[in-house]
Amino acid sequence: MPRPEDELVRRQRERARLLAWLLGAFVVLLFFITVAKIGMHK
Amino acid sequence: MTPSIAQTSLPADWRDLLALTKPRVMSLVVFTGLCGLLAAPVTLPPALGFTAILCIALAAGAAGALNQWYEADLDAKMRRTANRPLPARRMDRQSALHFGVGLGAFSVVLMDLATNHLAAILLLASILFYVLIYTVWLKRRTAQNIVIGGAAGAFPPLIGWVAATGRIDLLPALLFAIIFLWTPPHFWALSLFVRSDYAAANVPMMPVVAGIRNTRLQILIYSLILAVAAMAPWALGLTGTIYAVASAVLNVVFVVLAAAVFANRADQPSGMKPERRLFAFSILYLFILFAAVVADRWIAL
Repeated sequence: MPRPEDELVRRQRERARLLAWLLGAFVVLLFFITVAKIGMHK
Repeated sequence: MTPSIAQTSLPADWRDLLALTKPRVMSLVVFTGLCGLLAAPVTLPPALGFTAILCIALAAGAAGALNQWYEADLDAKMRRTANRPLPARRMDRQSALHFGVGLGAFSVVLMDLATNHLAAILLLASILFYVLIYTVWLKRRTAQNIVIGGAAGAFPPLIGWVAATGRIDLLPALLFAIIFLWTPPHFWALSLFVRSDYAAANVPMMPVVAGIRNTRLQILIYSLILAVAAMAPWALGLTGTIYAVASAVLNVVFVVLAAAVFANRADQPSGMKPERRLFAFSILYLFILFAAVVADRWIAL
């Protein structure tokens, strides 16, 4: 059985990795929103 | 097994955060929102359309998380919900609250940024309606909880339409009305065969408060009103032949199944096959009906 400390670190790492991916996806989404908005106002 | 304190104080697992958003409910919300968006006479650039649907999904997830945060005690008393992250103590309540508020705020701000103010306001209203009006105020107080609370689930097609057009028209208002009227027979059919769960948790659902017979009558009445509302978009000239045919067939089946529920005399879940059939069909009904609205807009007969 894993020690609680190991499990804590595993979950923190998992959450950090997921957040990094989500932040990356958000930046890409903002880029496309900006491009679409500029296109609409042309 | 009761989890140890160490287990509950661990950061929440992402699977539990996902479960907090009620993904199965979200699929219907996303679908009806997408139909509202695609049925609109204005076509959004794909990036903005995608963002609008993403915001609707995130807002639904936020509302689901806040609902579970508030109802953790109630969920623990019902078999159907006892294994959710909070009653099963896999997550602490504060994390659920922060997650729900954060996700909700993010969805509203992003919607405002990507589409328009009215869509963002409606999105915020849908979250607040579900959490404050339905969850906090109505659910534990009145058997009409589902009737009034149904409005929360009726927002997505309206929001999808408004995200594309920036205004509220008659067709999305009718789509709102259809989901609003669909909700009582859908949920009452379910609550009939899980009645003991609601009774154990002291939730005043219709079968618990008004009895099985009266609930079956209400299901039939609402099904008939729903059939009229669902034919209205065609009768008012807002949709075409595809919708007319689909709606007519779906409503006949819905009313027949509701009549079978009304005719059923069983009071034990094992004898409630008509209720299970109606519940399952009601989901299919909404999917096909809304798909027909979109088909009518995009396919010229």
